[in-house]
Parts: sequence; C-alpha cells; structure tokens
Amino acid sequence: MRRIAGLSLVVLAVAGVLWADSTLSINGAGATFPYPMYSKWFDEYHKKNANIAINYQSIGSGGGIKQVTEGTVDFGATDGPMNDEQLKAYQDKHGFGILHFPTVLGADVPAYNIPGVTAELNFTQDAIAGIFLGKITKWNDPAIADPNKGVALPSNDIVVVHRSEGSGTTYIWTDYLSKVSDEWKTKVGKGASVNWPVGLGAKGNEAVAGTIKNTPNAFGYVELIYAIQNNMPYGRVRNSAGAFIKADLASVTAAAAGAAKNMPDDFRVSITDAPGKTAFPIASFTWLLIPQKFSDPAKRDAIKGFVKWMLADGQNYTEALSYAKLPKEVVAKETKALNNIQ
Amino acid sequence: MSARLRWRKFVSGFMLTMTGVCALVAVSVLFLILGYLVYHGGASINWNFFTKLPVPVGETGGGMANAIVGSGKLLLLATLFGVPIGFLGAIYLAEFSGGTTAFVVRYAADLLNGVPSIVIGIFAFSLVVHPFKHFSTFAGGFALGLMMIPITLRSTEEFLRAVPRALREAAMALGASKWKTIVTVIVPAAYRGILTAILLAFARVAGETAPLLFTALGNQFWSPGWQQPTASLPVMIYTYALAPYDDWHRQAWAAGLVLLGLILIINIVARAILSRGIAVPRT
Amino acid sequence: MATTTTTVPGAGPVAGSRSFLSRLREGDEIARMITFLFAASVVLVTVLLVFELWQGSALARHKFGFNFFLTSVWDPIFEQFGALPFIYGTLVTAAVSLLIAVPLGIGAAIFLAELAPARVSDTLEFFIDLLAAVPSVIYGVLGIFIVVPLMRQYVQPALKHSFGFLPLFQGPVYGIGFLTAGIVLAIMVIPYIISVSREVLLSVPREQREAALSLGATRWESTWKVVVPFARAGIFGSIFLALARALGETMAVTMVIGNTPKISASLLSPGYSIAAVIANEFTEATGELHTQSLIELGLVLFLLTFILNGLARLLIVATSQRGSGMGHV
Repeated sequence: MRRIAGLSLVVLAVAGVLWADSTLSINGAGATFPYPMYSKWFDEYHKKNANIAINYQSIGSGGGIKQVTEGTVDFGATDGPMNDEQLKAYQDKHGFGILHFPTVLGADVPAYNIPGVTAELNFTQDAIAGIFLGKITKWNDPAIADPNKGVALPSNDIVVVHRSEGSGTTYIWTDYLSKVSDEWKTKVGKGASVNWPVGLGAKGNEAVAGTIKNTPNAFGYVELIYAIQNNMPYGRVRNSAGAFIKADLASVTAAAAGAAKNMPDDFRVSITDAPGKTAFPIASFTWLLIPQKFSDPAKRDAIKGFVKWMLADGQNYTEALSYAKLPKEVVAKETKALNNIQ
Repeated sequence: MSARLRWRKFVSGFMLTMTGVCALVAVSVLFLILGYLVYHGGASINWNFFTKLPVPVGETGGGMANAIVGSGKLLLLATLFGVPIGFLGAIYLAEFSGGTTAFVVRYAADLLNGVPSIVIGIFAFSLVVHPFKHFSTFAGGFALGLMMIPITLRSTEEFLRAVPRALREAAMALGASKWKTIVTVIVPAAYRGILTAILLAFARVAGETAPLLFTALGNQFWSPGWQQPTASLPVMIYTYALAPYDDWHRQAWAAGLVLLGLILIINIVARAILSRGIAVPRT
Repeated sequence: MATTTTTVPGAGPVAGSRSFLSRLREGDEIARMITFLFAASVVLVTVLLVFELWQGSALARHKFGFNFFLTSVWDPIFEQFGALPFIYGTLVTAAVSLLIAVPLGIGAAIFLAELAPARVSDTLEFFIDLLAAVPSVIYGVLGIFIVVPLMRQYVQPALKHSFGFLPLFQGPVYGIGFLTAGIVLAIMVIPYIISVSREVLLSVPREQREAALSLGATRWESTWKVVVPFARAGIFGSIFLALARALGETMAVTMVIGNTPKISASLLSPGYSIAAVIANEFTEATGELHTQSLIELGLVLFLLTFILNGLARLLIVATSQRGSGMGHV
C-alpha cells in the first residue's frame, strides 16, 4: 500500500515536470475593462496556436501595473496609462523600459437600476459629477430630471457604486470628471484608486455590474460590454459639443479620431471629453504593457506574435463585443513599434 | 404549590425549551446551506462542468475542469508540505523533547494556527511569489501547507501521547530502540487518530480562498507543472459569484456544492474512522 | 556496553543514561535530530512570518507612527493611509456577530450539555462540527444571494421603520453593510461557541448540579446559576475563540460588507474590514507606502488574533482543570 502511494507520487511528480514542458505558458494580468475582449482573444489564439497558452487574469489595471513592474507576470494591461513616475520606477527596477500597446477602444457608461425606469436617461456633466461628489442624492433631482422630461423619476436615494480596487475604468471615469468639473478635480482628482466621497465599492467591472444589477436605485460606471451583456440600462452623456451621445462603435471611434492623427510615440493619450459633435465623451484606449526586453526569447516571440495577430485578425472580433477597432494609423504605428521589443 | 414556585417552574421550562430552539436553529442552518446548494447547484452539475475549461466571458457552456485539477494539485502540495512537518514534529514533541522545547514548539504552532488566512497569503507572497517572480501552484500549495501544519502537529501529538505506556514498555523490554518502537508500535497504535487529524487538516484548507488570491492567482487554461498560476475551486466560486453573468452564478453554485460535498464527506469519514474505536483504548 | 534501563519513554525527555554512541548506533539520535529539525521548522516558519510582517511594514510604521490608528483617510493618490475605518469595521462586524452568536451559542450548548440525551447531544454536535467545516467563500456566496436580498427587502426596512430613531438604523438601505456582515459572521462563529462551551459545561462535576437541585433549585436555576458560572471562564474562552475567527474572516466579509472605507454609526451603512481591504488591494497596491500600509494592517490583525487566541486558551484550560480537579466523592 505504501509502496503504491510512493510510486504514484513519483509518477505524478515526473508527469508534472514533463507536462510543464509541452505548453508555453505566458501570464498577464490587469484591466477588467477589456477582459471580455481579451478572454475571447486569448481563447481564439490558443485554438490557433495550441502550444501557447496566454493566461490573463483580470485583477484591475492597478494590479496589472504593479505585477508587471514586480515582474511576477510577463505582461500587464491597463486603461489608465502608466504615469511618468511609474515608468521611471519600472526603468529603475529592471534597467529597461516598458511599452504601451493600444488594443481596442472602449467606453465607460453610466449604468443604473431604477425601479420602473427602463428609458435611456440623459446625463449632463454636472449631473454625473454631482452624483459622484455626493451633492446630488435623489433620482428626481432637477439636475437629472431636467434633461429627461417625460420620464418619471422616483424620489429614491441614489446608491452610487464604484470600484474598490485600483482600476483603469476608474481612471477613465475620474479623468473625465476632472476635465468637466473643477470641484472634482480639486477635491478628488484622477487616478486608478481615489478617495471616493460616496458610494459602495465592488471589485472589478464584473462586481460593479453585479452590484448595480442587484441593488435598486444603483448608479455606477462600467465598460460598455458589461452593461450590454447584462441587459442593464445605461444613459447618454452630454459631450463637449453639447449633444447627448450614447456609447456605441460609432461614437467611440469618433472620440478617437483626433488622437489617431496625433498619436504620441509612446501611445499614451487621453481621449475623454474629446472634441467632435458625435464623439462619446467617456471613451478610452486600453493598453497592453509589454516590457522592452525579454530574457526568454520564446516568450518574447510568442507575445510579439500575439500582438501581430491582434492588430490584424484580432481586430475582427472587437465589434461583436462592442469594442471599437483601432484606427488604421494607430495600427500602422504599433506594428512598427513592435520592433522595439527585444 | 405557591405562585412563586409555579413561576420558577414555568421559567425553567421556558428557558430550557429556548435552549432547544437555539440548538435547532444552529443545526438547521447547516441543512439550509446544504439544501440551497443542492437545489441551485445540483442542476448545474453536468458533464461540462467537470470536463470543460472556462469559456470567454459572456459565453456559456464552460466548465471548471482546470479548477478541479488545480485544487487537487494545490492540496497535494499542501499535504506533502504540511503533513510531514506536522507529523514528524509531533513525534519529536511526544517522544523526544524536553519541557521547554515542547512548550516553544506548541506555542509557535498555536500562533500559526491563529494567523488569519489572508495574512498567510501575504506571507506566502513575500516568501515565494516575490523572490521567484512567479505566481504559482507551488506558492499556493506552500500557503495551504502552512495552514495544515498546526492542526496536524497538535492532533498527532495528542494521539501519540495517548498510546499507553504498557505498549512502549513492552517494546523496550523486547530490546527495541526508540525509533523502532515509534515506527513499529506507537505510530501504528495511534494511526487512526493521526489519519483523522490529516483528513481534518486537509478538509480545512480545501475550502480556503484568501491565501490563494496572492499565490496561485488564477488560470483560464490548464496549469502545466507546478510553477504556473492555477485556477482553483474556491477562487472560481469567489470570482463567479461576484460577477453579473447568470451562467457564472450557476457554475458557482455547482462548484460550491462539489467543494462542500467533498469537505463534508472527508469530515464524516474522518470522524467515522475515529469513532470506530482507536486501536488502543484511551486512558 | 553496560546499559541501564531508560526512564519511561514517551512521557518526557530521553534520559541520557545511554551513551551517545549507543543511541547513534541504534538510530535513535538520528531519529531525534530529524524530528527535531521538523519541529524546529515550525518555530522557524512562525518567527519568519512575524519578521516578514514587521519588516514589510517598516516604511509605513515610520511614516505614520501611531497616527496610523487614528486617521480615517485612505487615499492612495495623496498617499495618506489611516487604519481607523478598517479597525472600526472589523470591530463592529465582530461585535454584531457576537451579539447574535453568543446567546444562541450558549443556549444551544446548554441544551446539548444539560438536557439532551447523550446520543442526541453527540449527533447534534456532529452536525455543528460540520457547520464549522463549511468554507468561508460558500458563506459569502450564500450571503450575497440569500442574506443580502432578505436584508434589503425585509429586515432592514423593518428595522429602519421600528428603530429608525436610533442612529444605529438610519441611512439608505443597501442590503450589504455592517449588519449583514455581522449576521453572516455570526453563523460562521456559532459552531465554535457551541462546541467549546458544550465541552466545558460537560466537564462541570455532577456534584455541582446535584447540590443545587438538592437545595430546591429548578433545572434551569441549577444550570444558569450554578453550572454556567462554574464554567464561566471556559465559555469566555469560547467567545474569544469565536471573536478571533470573526476578526480574521476575509471572504465572507468582503462579499457582503460594501467595501467602503467609511466610519458610520449606522449598522445599515457599508463599511470595510482589515482582512477585506487586504484581499482587495494587495495585488495592486502601487507604491511602496500603499503596500506597506496594507502589510501593517495585516500585522495589526495578526496581533489582535494572537492576543485573543492566547487568552482563550488560558481560560479554557483553566476551566477544564478546575472542573476535573474538583474532588470526587
């Protein structure tokens, strides 16, 4: 009996070692914003390249930046680009830099769960800022009701929902709020993790969507596909040109139009509150964070191969999940930038 | 019978009935939990659940095959790490050690036992993940193994000590050396209790989630070998339960049922082994 | 070689009366050294853990000092970290859970120890032990899908309606929050209170009960006024054990507490606990100060549970000894 146990342990150990060699495992972690897209992409890529398994864990953009800096994952993902301090920290730690590669365009939408209200609400910049600052507390507040004449809003208290962890989705949302509200800018600021004046915290886009869905009178921000996949009503937002725009492929693409032409070399750019009559104001690129140097050439080639595929075939999967494709100019620029990875 | 006595008797009957109610409430919670899991999870336990990998977000038809295997690997590592330390350490405490050393070791074990599991996660992260730059099954197994040590150690020591002197003295009288006595007489005599201790420790860590959050992380594919992140049942339950997708909820229920079922069965088996009579009567 | 008989093995240290070489030859010394190594590794790993916690929080400790425990701002952008909301949340949820679990638990323990026939008592105890084995994440799942909707739709509005004049039950009704977390925790810690209290109650000598009854006390009076006080220390020990478990509980709490670092007098409002914030923020705390502040929180939690567990053990051991040491007729 004991001999069998011992033998099986040895067999298992050997099997474990052998098994380890057959697949190339690449680990990435980060944003939940593009997670539906990435999980589809990595699944498809694995089907096409059975010996490469890219494992992506959606722990939030903050986690992506941290873990890739620590070196515990091979690449990261974020919707809030690394700031200069973080880039420098990475450089200091590793001796080489880290590169941003945009993958898709997405949008933060204001989703809500108001009993009896299924209409698409219009939200002004002041309304959103006021709600998240805690100054507007009821659904039938004039700031919300005025642009929505014809919709009967209850006098219930608004339950604000936000992210509990470091999130690129939060970065996009607070980036937008900082641009449209001076009070928000000075009181709270923009970042992946802020000191929220009000609201419940939930982990990941997934849990925010879940909380909004389960809590009457809830109001929060999620990436567009989460609202769509879960049949949650989401509102239109007034853009800088004064029009109430709904987030969709067209309006998100329009938001990136300006940036496409003037994309900086490091691809870090903010397209919130973008100019343009049809632009959705809370849109953003989302990036993969890829180190400039790899000690393992197999991993490097696998990742470069994936990015190439992503820029070509991969872009064909985006619209089904309501992410907008990258503008052609950006794709071209990225393809060139791939050569910087050694 | 005076009024006062009647009142006292009434209070007595009433309060004692209330205690019965308390006990009933406590026990019924268990059946409520089981019932709920069976009801919601039973329907979702199908062949897919056990054999398929997770599918992309928003699609249906995925399963938790990799999480089941992942949990198996994590628990195997945990047992390989925690049980020998607990077992051999207990032998030292019961057979070889002096008063002070025994006290220190027991104290350390109790301390370790009381550490919140999230703190064990922090420790495993800084000791294994950070230096080796890898989330891995190994780190997760290490964290869980740490949690198995105190339970195994204390219980094994108790059962070893419970072996009656008569057996030891008989062995010595026949000329056996100390270690031979331990291996051939004492441990076999206490084996039921020791096995129970190991099983209970195993069941305890099988459901632990927090330590795995920073060590094994997660994986949507199979985790090859021991050095890669891996999916595990508790973490999948956590992730899926918080998400808004109904399909994920169903899978979370199913996983909860499987996990709880496994833990309860181990507990029941462990207690059955113990109650069938320890090989040696306790003094 | 002259061999003298050793002292009784297994009950204490090996007598040194056999020479080192003789022990070595028979493999005893090797066995001793090997097992010692394993036992020592337990101590080593524990010391290492405390060390890592201490070292890993050095920056935060030096920067914030004692103010860490008095500030309630947790701001990763402006790098201000105060532990107060988490300590508050941890203590409040633990307090709520004990308020519910202690009366229920002691009541159940009294029933099992005093009233129930042995077989019923053992069977019920068996089920209670199974309850203790249910993993935390499953409690969390049940919390989200059963307790939270119940709280949001029925319990909390009712509480607000009847007791809304108290600051305890004011504010919007979310379903999640301190009260819900406390209730879920109560379910989780009840088994500990029941099983330990039952044992200490069982260890109270029969003479105590009989003396009370012979003086004319009713069954309840004998239990409540004589037996329970006799086992009082052990029962307190079980409460401390339960408290330690409640303080360290992570998964179930983070799924129902609302993850909001705010201090509020109302039990209906969302909050945060130490374990929950570590679980949520550890993998992505950017910046050394943030990470180290989280580790310092872990250190605080560790110290709290350490003290409580130590006290618990002292009390339980003292009671059992007291019980068994009483004179037998």
